[in-house]
Amino acid sequence: MASDALAIPNVGAAGKPWMETLHEWATTVDHKRLGILYIAYALIFLVIGGIEATIMRIQLIRPHNDFVSPQVFNRMFTMHGTTMIFFVAMPILFGFANYFVPLMIGARDMAFPRLNAFSFWLTAFGGFLLYFSFLGGSGLYGAGNAPDVGWWAYAPLTARAFSPGHSSDYWTVSVLVSGFGSIGTAINIIATVLSMRCPGMTLGRMPLFAWLGLVMSGLVLITLTPLSAAQIMLLVDRYLGGHFFDTQAGGSAAIWMHFFWIFGHPEVYVLIIPCFAFMSEIVPVFSRKPIFGYPVMVGATVCIGFVSMSVWAHHMFTIGMSSYSNAFFTITSMVVGVPTGIKIFNWLGTMWGGKLIFKTPMLFCIGFLFQFLIAGLTGIMLASAPFDWQLGGSYFVVAHFHYVILGGILFSLFAAFYYWYPKITGRMMSETLGKWHFWLFVIGFHLTFDVMHIPGLLGMPRRIYTYEPGRGWEVWNLIVTIGTFVQAVAILIFVANLILSYFQGEKAGNDPWDAWTLEWSTTSPPPVYNFAAIPTVASRRPLWDLKHPEDPDSLYE
Amino acid sequence: MSAIANPVTQTPWTLPYRGKVAMACLIIAESAIFTIFVVAYLFYIGKSLSGPTPREVLEVPVFFTICLLSSSLTVHFAAKSLEHGKRGAFLFLWLLTIILGGLFLFGTGQEWHRLIYEHGLTVSTNLFGTTYYSLVGLHAFHVTVGLLMLTVVLLFALAGRVGTEQTKRVEVLSMYWHFVDAVWVVVFTVVYVLGR
Repeated sequence: MASDALAIPNVGAAGKPWMETLHEWATTVDHKRLGILYIAYALIFLVIGGIEATIMRIQLIRPHNDFVSPQVFNRMFTMHGTTMIFFVAMPILFGFANYFVPLMIGARDMAFPRLNAFSFWLTAFGGFLLYFSFLGGSGLYGAGNAPDVGWWAYAPLTARAFSPGHSSDYWTVSVLVSGFGSIGTAINIIATVLSMRCPGMTLGRMPLFAWLGLVMSGLVLITLTPLSAAQIMLLVDRYLGGHFFDTQAGGSAAIWMHFFWIFGHPEVYVLIIPCFAFMSEIVPVFSRKPIFGYPVMVGATVCIGFVSMSVWAHHMFTIGMSSYSNAFFTITSMVVGVPTGIKIFNWLGTMWGGKLIFKTPMLFCIGFLFQFLIAGLTGIMLASAPFDWQLGGSYFVVAHFHYVILGGILFSLFAAFYYWYPKITGRMMSETLGKWHFWLFVIGFHLTFDVMHIPGLLGMPRRIYTYEPGRGWEVWNLIVTIGTFVQAVAILIFVANLILSYFQGEKAGNDPWDAWTLEWSTTSPPPVYNFAAIPTVASRRPLWDLKHPEDPDSLYE
Repeated sequence: MSAIANPVTQTPWTLPYRGKVAMACLIIAESAIFTIFVVAYLFYIGKSLSGPTPREVLEVPVFFTICLLSSSLTVHFAAKSLEHGKRGAFLFLWLLTIILGGLFLFGTGQEWHRLIYEHGLTVSTNLFGTTYYSLVGLHAFHVTVGLLMLTVVLLFALAGRVGTEQTKRVEVLSMYWHFVDAVWVVVFTVVYVLGR
């Protein structure tokens, strides 16, 4: 009855009382609404994580700065890393997969809609739990609050003796809970792709988006679970007095590193594979050509999935492993570059001889190609054990993986936003604001992360809250911080574009890009049931067949 | 979209049952969790700084292992009976599965009671205690969850709500139970054969 009293008529979608709208969103099991919830939730955390990064960069703008205390700095890099990986990148990619996998394979929903909702709310609860640590991690009693053990939480930092209070517990439990959510969604995506395809949609005709979603979900099943297992062990140590990572009782700190990186490195591929999926859908449409080397793309992705399982210890060259281990992990880490290189050649092959259209999504895709290549090259450098001994734990490493995550993952995500926003909302995003966003972000990104390699090469270690003057690091840190602000402005333009276009954007129609996959055959935004009649397909580009009945793809595949 | 209809659609379009796909995925994920616990157990064999050691306190639970492994057979034939509409046989075999699983759990409880009260071995005693209780406990937890689900199905069956049309769902649960048994084979080998 309270909800009736609070209801304000004629506010919210379709004139429904807003409490009712809220109730609908909170209890929804529709894959499209859950997709939007995932994406919106991730965008909020993107801004929070971005603010944490900015706080760190302000602190490092000049030597002996005292913008924040060392304790706060530790919390900032821990929260920034954990937030960006578990509560931005994962949910946003799951959001896109949730929204578009059923649409692309011609299904009306995911295989398990209620599991889908459950998984989202688990992930969401994990995020709230992490941030509640600011209050609940004994912060109210002045015993330090948010976790400060780094996003990889190396033992023995997490032992009771070194991490009193509850901040590490909040970290552990929130990562564990969101991990279960991710496993649920991964199971759901696999079951959807394998069991819900529309008639004629054989595995060989599935859009690469669905294929790569399948591989990504398979990778989630076997990589997130080791992390969950390690978190359970950490909880046993912290709450039941166990000795898994307790070196005083014969336990090993190195085994936590192994368990963490068995998750940690394939996780990078969990994040980048959906981005390969965005590239593989967007580049062909804006080159007006079908994807080059479809079977090779699928094969390379599966290959990346397998090889990525055996590269984890290249994060651990500096702890002193045997020379056989070093050689093995150096070789596997370099091998994983081969299928990745194949993919880059395939996108170039798609663009080659195509009629390129330089709309905002394509601009971000081209940015991705250049930056992901450079990120891959510094990756190959760091994969070489002797090089890593010199630069492991320096800002060179920080620059390398931010190049992958921003230059690769975030750029392709922006491309995906500009490409699919019309389908989700029914309105186009502004091209003018989009171009401003692109160019400012490119400039800011390169100012920050190209330059960040240099203090790394000059020996600046990561995770220090301040540094001495006179080491030649000052000017580089100043430029890096300036770049951060340029990126922040670009992100604000992006957020403004998202909001303004929702109200003022040009009406999109069903198929604004003249694309070829099934999601463009239904209305924008799609109805709850997606397709009035379940479609039937005969080739990899069903809408091409529909638009060109005289020359369908099905004749050639 | 009907315009895209073509000869391919004339052949019947069948896809794998989503429940089985999902259970297979869950089993893969769970296997990875168990793998990590098994690796930790193997890594820490003989690394405890103080007693008691596995050789001193562990006894091989032959009877309870036979109980759990044979419950895999009973659950399989229970599902088969349901498929062929033999309701009585299904109920009997299903109940037998629950009893065998319950016996196994009782065995684990008895062993833990003995270890704790006679030998003073707890999670915090030494590395053996930590890894033993975690690995065996994780498995026992999965047995418990399996037993709860089996019991729910039994209650529905007693209420007359489980018929031939539920065969697929019962088979999904049976997959999980087979997995729990297979994990015990690994845990048994690691804890009672290699670790002793």
